[in-house]
Amino acid sequence: MAVRVLYFAALRDALPLAEEAVSLPAGVETMAALRAWLGARGEAWAPLVTWKTLRCARNQTLCAWDEPVRDGDEVAFFPPVTGG
Amino acid sequence: MWTVRVQVEDFDAGAEGERLQRVSPEVGAVVSFVGTVRGGEVRAMTLEHYPGMTEKSLEALVEEARRRWSLVAATVIHRVGRLMPGERIVFVGVASRHRSEAFAACEFLIDRLKTEAPFWKKEETNDSTRWVEAKEGDEARARRW
Repeated sequence: MAVRVLYFAALRDALPLAEEAVSLPAGVETMAALRAWLGARGEAWAPLVTWKTLRCARNQTLCAWDEPVRDGDEVAFFPPVTGG
Repeated sequence: MWTVRVQVEDFDAGAEGERLQRVSPEVGAVVSFVGTVRGGEVRAMTLEHYPGMTEKSLEALVEEARRRWSLVAATVIHRVGRLMPGERIVFVGVASRHRSEAFAACEFLIDRLKTEAPFWKKEETNDSTRWVEAKEGDEARARRW
């Protein structure tokens, strides 16, 4: 399963990349599992795991951590929004 | 009638209000909100966004407002990029037959925009640059709706 992953704002500044295409191993099927898998790729990715207030979106809509992830999805992780 | 724009350039709040007022003879009330960059310590503010999702989330909020209140027209404009103190950031304008719908829908749109639309502010002061933290008060205001 292949997905496109985007990171924004302070979280992006804390990670090595702003955007990446990843192939997921079997068993990574929810946003929570994806976050844990991405964050376990070494020290540089640890902020994904330790960030306390992280939000996520699937296909450009805010979603919950138990949201399923499907092949071809665009997913994003970011801190709480501060516009307006 | 239903306008959502994300742009670098400034907007003319007066002209936007005027357009809402004249959009239909049905209109009896226009309520608008303009958010600006506060001065003081802050020398500049940079607004980042998630292109695509931003427009989608603002359109979804306008759709929800239309379901909840009887509205004639609405405009949401949000700027991105680097802004100076005093510059306009956001415009929310709502036109309806009567004032209560326009007041409520305008407040709903800005409250929910602040907690759902993917924009992030970074502030520059004389000696540092920092990402603005989300405020619990904003979450509480958005939850009221």
